Amino acid sequence: MGYKFSKDEMAKIFAKLAQDYDVFAPVVKKGDGTFSDVDVVRYDQVTSLDEIEFNKKSDYSFKEALLPINETLFYFTEDETTVPKGPEKKRLIFLRSCDIHAVKRLDQIYLDNKFEDFYYKRTREMVRFVLMGCPNTCENGFCASMGTNETNQYDLYIKVNGDNAFVDVKNDEFTETFKNGALEDVKPDFVKENKVKVTLPKNITKETMSSELFKEYGSRCINCGRCNFVCPTCTCFSMQDIFYKDNEKVGERRRVWASCQVDGYTEIAGGHGFRNDNSDRMRFKVMHKIHDFEQRFGYQMCVGCGRCDDVCPEYISYSTLINKLAKECE
Amino acid sequence: MSLDINTKKAKKNAWRISKERGIGASRIRVPGGYCDAEILGMVQQIAQEYGNGYVHLTTRQGFEIEGIHLEDMEEVNKKLQPIIDKVGINQYDEDKEKGYSASGTRNVSACIGNNVCPFANYNTSELARRIDKEIYPNDLHFKVACTGCSNDCAKVRMHDFGIIGMTMPQYDPSRCISCNACVKGCQSLSVGALRMENYKIVRDTEKCIGCGVCVTKCPTRAWTRSQKKYYKLTIMGRTGKKNPRLGKDFLVWADEDNIVKIIKNTYDFVEEYISPNAPARKEHIGYIIDRVGFEKFKEYALKDVELMPETIINNNVYWDGIHFDNKH
Repeated sequence: MGYKFSKDEMAKIFAKLAQDYDVFAPVVKKGDGTFSDVDVVRYDQVTSLDEIEFNKKSDYSFKEALLPINETLFYFTEDETTVPKGPEKKRLIFLRSCDIHAVKRLDQIYLDNKFEDFYYKRTREMVRFVLMGCPNTCENGFCASMGTNETNQYDLYIKVNGDNAFVDVKNDEFTETFKNGALEDVKPDFVKENKVKVTLPKNITKETMSSELFKEYGSRCINCGRCNFVCPTCTCFSMQDIFYKDNEKVGERRRVWASCQVDGYTEIAGGHGFRNDNSDRMRFKVMHKIHDFEQRFGYQMCVGCGRCDDVCPEYISYSTLINKLAKECE
Repeated sequence: MSLDINTKKAKKNAWRISKERGIGASRIRVPGGYCDAEILGMVQQIAQEYGNGYVHLTTRQGFEIEGIHLEDMEEVNKKLQPIIDKVGINQYDEDKEKGYSASGTRNVSACIGNNVCPFANYNTSELARRIDKEIYPNDLHFKVACTGCSNDCAKVRMHDFGIIGMTMPQYDPSRCISCNACVKGCQSLSVGALRMENYKIVRDTEKCIGCGVCVTKCPTRAWTRSQKKYYKLTIMGRTGKKNPRLGKDFLVWADEDNIVKIIKNTYDFVEEYISPNAPARKEHIGYIIDRVGFEKFKEYALKDVELMPETIINNNVYWDGIHFDNKH
């Protein structure tokens, strides 16, 4: 059901919503970018509508609002473990169509990959998604190529346009909240076409593994892992056991985001690493996003948000690499 | 008619009396070395019309238009006016169209700064212009330079006052994924002030020079810059024929306003204690401090200066360097 409000009315409703829900949305963090006097757009908890950045695409995805970068799984003493409480409040996450498609990938790995992840599940159940429209394509996104430019998998759609706000309510949980708005036919803004177009390689064979492209791009990569950390579909983590300094019999186990590009990812006891060479890491990442995941689950992992291309300090364009690979595989 | 020129006045008017009889050069100051490209056209015009068509890009980030006949000085000074206006250099009304009203205090130079450079911690040319506004015109021999980070590309330690950009790194452990990029970066590019303990980073605050390498290396924004900008103030570096030496740290984790105040206060110190024998009232400030003592300098420099609690002040500064004037 669609409604129209004045922006002021919407701000009031939002303030009320923010009491009942923990709201996470993209926010401009002044000066917190990589370089001096450069901002970064990333997710944080907000309490008012004005804090939300609707225009600029977030540099980091919504993922951290659902899957914490650091998560304590349990605390241990000598003979007991304690599992920390999960979120007590329901959670609203503002995100775009590509990212809503990414949620499906996260769910696939954490809920529907042989077993359910207890920690992910208890947070996921509390989350409601608010779609932010995309009136225009972003610079590096290729959602249309990946078929992620449109979605109906949202609980709410909110658009602020000048002095007005438009809402589309899909989840009855919010009907009461928005019922006083003027009825209006609200259709989300979806991108139809991007500047970047990607053709996925067909006929991937064993030989594709040894493509020179991976060597070339691998040699340019500096293993910083930014492409993984901004990616809404990367799900890897590593485990850390922390023994508190004052009493090493007490501590906690955390899971922490990991990157297949960063040193140590494939290292095993004894010091052996399976993908020490950069070209192997590049191949692994790319093939996972556009081939391996699809082989297991029947659809592509990459949602084409283009954040990896936005962030790479070495100007490695993953989308260009894929297009080149598609040409090679013809 | 023979040339009849007051060379002392001409020099203070930013003219060089060249080695060739009757020929001079016009020195154009560009604070922070940052200017609208339109100025290049103006410089070109003067060089082609009055000079020999060549320009020297000076070591202090100005232009020196060479090969100008000294009898054209007045006319060229008029032509300098739009440049002076455009760069925004201080000028009294009565000095309009008369060229630069002083030359002793040198152009405040700067590295390219955070307009462009990924390492820089502040807008160096902006601060250079601010300082220029505060201290120009003045004929006392002051050299000030601004550099964006501890790499010191602007060679500020060769200046009386060197301003080095710093940032107080802010660490959010909840965003840290223990990738070690900051530890490796600090080790290879800076001072090795970081180490990992229990999968999180510990910063040795005694060692950290606030260069910001950890921030640029961090892939998750666990490291960010402080909202407040910090500076290191190095003092009394110099070149020269007697005792060249590198400037030493006076203030660390200082703020912009106090640094500007200290530079201005130092003018009072120099006015008071400059040697009466100094040729053309030109004496490196460091020699004056050597003569009257660091305590006296501090007394002047720190007048009305209230440092932030986090600012570290070196209460005694000792310089070394090469002594050409005292060889045994």
